[in-house]
Amino acid sequence: MSEDTFLQDLLKRFEYATERASLDDPAIQVPADKLVETCRVLRDDMGFDLLTDSTAIDWGEEASPRFTTIAHLFSTKNKEYVRIASDCIDDLEPTIPSLVPLFPIANWLERETYDMFGIRYEGHPDMRRILMWEGYPYYPLRKEFPLAGIETELPAADIAEVTQTKVIPAPMMGGPFHAPQTGEMSDREPRGADQSWNEQKEKPE
Amino acid sequence: MPTDVKELTIGDSANRSAGFEDELQGETMTLNMGPSHPATHGVLRLKLELDGDIITSCDPVIGYLHRGDEKIAENMTYNQFVPYTDRLDYLAPLANNVCYAMAVERLAGLQVPPRCETIRLICCELARISSHLLGVGVYGMDCGAMSIFLYTFTQREKLYTLFEELTGARFTTSYTRIGGVSRDIPEGWLGRVNDFLNQLGPAIDEVDGLLTRNKIFIDRTKDIGVVSKEDAIAYGFTGPNLRASGVDVDLRRDKPYLGYEHYEFETFLGSVGDSYDRYLVRLWEMRDSMKIVRQAIDKMPDGLWYAEDAKKIYAPPKSKILSSMEELIQNFMLVTEGPQMPEGEVYFEAENPKGVLGFFIHSKGGGVPFRLKIRSPSFCSLSVLPKILPGMMMSDVPVVLGSLDFVMGECDR
Repeated sequence: MSEDTFLQDLLKRFEYATERASLDDPAIQVPADKLVETCRVLRDDMGFDLLTDSTAIDWGEEASPRFTTIAHLFSTKNKEYVRIASDCIDDLEPTIPSLVPLFPIANWLERETYDMFGIRYEGHPDMRRILMWEGYPYYPLRKEFPLAGIETELPAADIAEVTQTKVIPAPMMGGPFHAPQTGEMSDREPRGADQSWNEQKEKPE
Repeated sequence: MPTDVKELTIGDSANRSAGFEDELQGETMTLNMGPSHPATHGVLRLKLELDGDIITSCDPVIGYLHRGDEKIAENMTYNQFVPYTDRLDYLAPLANNVCYAMAVERLAGLQVPPRCETIRLICCELARISSHLLGVGVYGMDCGAMSIFLYTFTQREKLYTLFEELTGARFTTSYTRIGGVSRDIPEGWLGRVNDFLNQLGPAIDEVDGLLTRNKIFIDRTKDIGVVSKEDAIAYGFTGPNLRASGVDVDLRRDKPYLGYEHYEFETFLGSVGDSYDRYLVRLWEMRDSMKIVRQAIDKMPDGLWYAEDAKKIYAPPKSKILSSMEELIQNFMLVTEGPQMPEGEVYFEAENPKGVLGFFIHSKGGGVPFRLKIRSPSFCSLSVLPKILPGMMMSDVPVVLGSLDFVMGECDR
C-alpha cells in the first residue's frame, strides 16, 4: 500500500515519468534527457543517496530503442529502493547522460556498462573499458555476441608476436545444456545452443 | 660577537619542511602493484604514481578474473547458475547461494518453508563468520601479525568441515536450489555447530586480545584510509565498510529477509571510518553472528526444507522420481527447460559478509533469465581507491586493501 502511494507520489512529482512494470520495488521510466534531473531530485529532496546499481539491458538487434539503462537507488535514511529506467538515445551508438556528477560510484558502474554494452555516457570523466582491456573490439553482453567468445588479438602485441597466441573462443563441449525456450515442443529437445567447437568438431586454428 | 639563543621546538622542523611539501622531490615513479601480489588478495593490479614514498595517483586495473558470469547466466537455466554464484565471493559461497536463490524466488513470488529459511539463515551467518575470520586474519598478516592468520584459519578449517557435512563440498558449496536447499541438515549437525561456536568465542577473544590494543597494529591502521560518511555513501560502500564509516544501514534489520526480524542482534558502527574501525566492525560482527546462529539453533522449526507446492520450480525427491510418472516428468521438464518463472523485473540485495550482494533479474518468462546483473560489493569498495590512496605512504597500501576486505572473484565476476 505504502509502495503504491510512493509510486503515485513519484509519478505526480515527475510529470514526464511513466510507471514501469516491476515485481518488487517502485519503478519509473523517464526520458534520457530527464534522467539526471530526476536522480538529483531523488537524491536531494527524497533521500535516495546511495546508487547501489547501474546497468543496462540489451533488447536485441531488431529492437528499438535497443538499450535501456537501469539504476537502483537506495535511501540510507528511509531504507527504500527505487528503480529508474531510461532508454538510450541511439540504437547504433547508444548514449545516455552520466550520473557521475551526482554519484561518484557511477564512474565505475558506467564504465562497466560501457565496457559490456558499448553505451556511451555523456559527461563521464573517464570513459575507458574496465573489465576487458583497452582496444578490445566487441561488447560482450550484447545479445549478438556469442557465449563462446570471438577470436581476437591479444592485448599485448609483443607477447602475441613471440608466443604466436591469440584469444580464441572457449570450448563449449556442447553446452549450455538446456532446451530452447521458444518454438514447438518437438523441436525443443535439449541440445547445445552454441557449439563453436567440441569433441566432434575440431578447434579452429 | 653575541650569538642568538634559539630554543628549538618540534614545530621548527615542520615549518621548514612545510615549504617543500608542494614541490616534487625529484622524479615520480610508476609502480605496478599486482596483479600477482600477496597484498592485493587476488588479481588486483594498482598502477601507482609515486613521489618518493608518497602516492600521487592510483589507477586500479581490474578484470583479470573476468569470466562473464552475467553472459553465462543468460545462457543457462536458473538452477544451473547456482554453482557460478559460489565463485563470486568464494570466501562465503553459502551466502551467495542464498542471495541468488532468494532473488529468483522473489521473481517467482515463492515463499519457502520456515525450516528452509532457518537453515539458510544459519548458512548465511556461518558464511559471514568464515569470511570475517579470513578478512581479519589476512588483515592481521598484512600488518605484520602473521600469527593471527594461523589462529583464524584453524577456525575456518573447522567451519569447512561443518560445511562439508552439510553440503558435500568444503569450498564451492552450491547448497541452495530455487525453492529450497539441496538436502536437509544431517543428524546431529546443529549440535556440532553449537560445539564449534562454543570454542570459537574464546578464539575470537584471543584474536581480539592480540590485535585490538596492539601498539603496532594500532599505529599501522588508526587514521589510515579514512573514508568519511559522505564518501562512503557516494562511493557505494555497503556492509561492514559502510558501517565502519558510521552509516547505520544493515539490510538484515532494515529490509528483513529469511526472518531476520525475529532474531536479536546488534549493528556495530565505526566512529572514524579508518582501517582500524573496519577491523573492529568485522570483529564484533563475528560475535554477533554467533549469537544469531545460537538463536537459530534453538528455534529450528520442523518441516520440509523445500517448497513442496512449487512443482515447476523445485525438483521432487529422488525416490519419487524413480517411482512415479508425474514426478519423473516434472524432473525432466526442470532439467531440460529449467524452473518456470513469470515475466518481470526484480532486484534483491542481501547483506553478505563483504557488503551488499545484489541480483537484478529481468525475465521474459521460461527457465532462463533474459538479463541477470550481479551487483558486487567488492567492485564498489575498490572504486574508492583512486580517491583515498593519493597522499598516503606506499606502505599503507596493503593496510587499506586489507581493511576493505574485497575479493576479486566477486569484483570481476
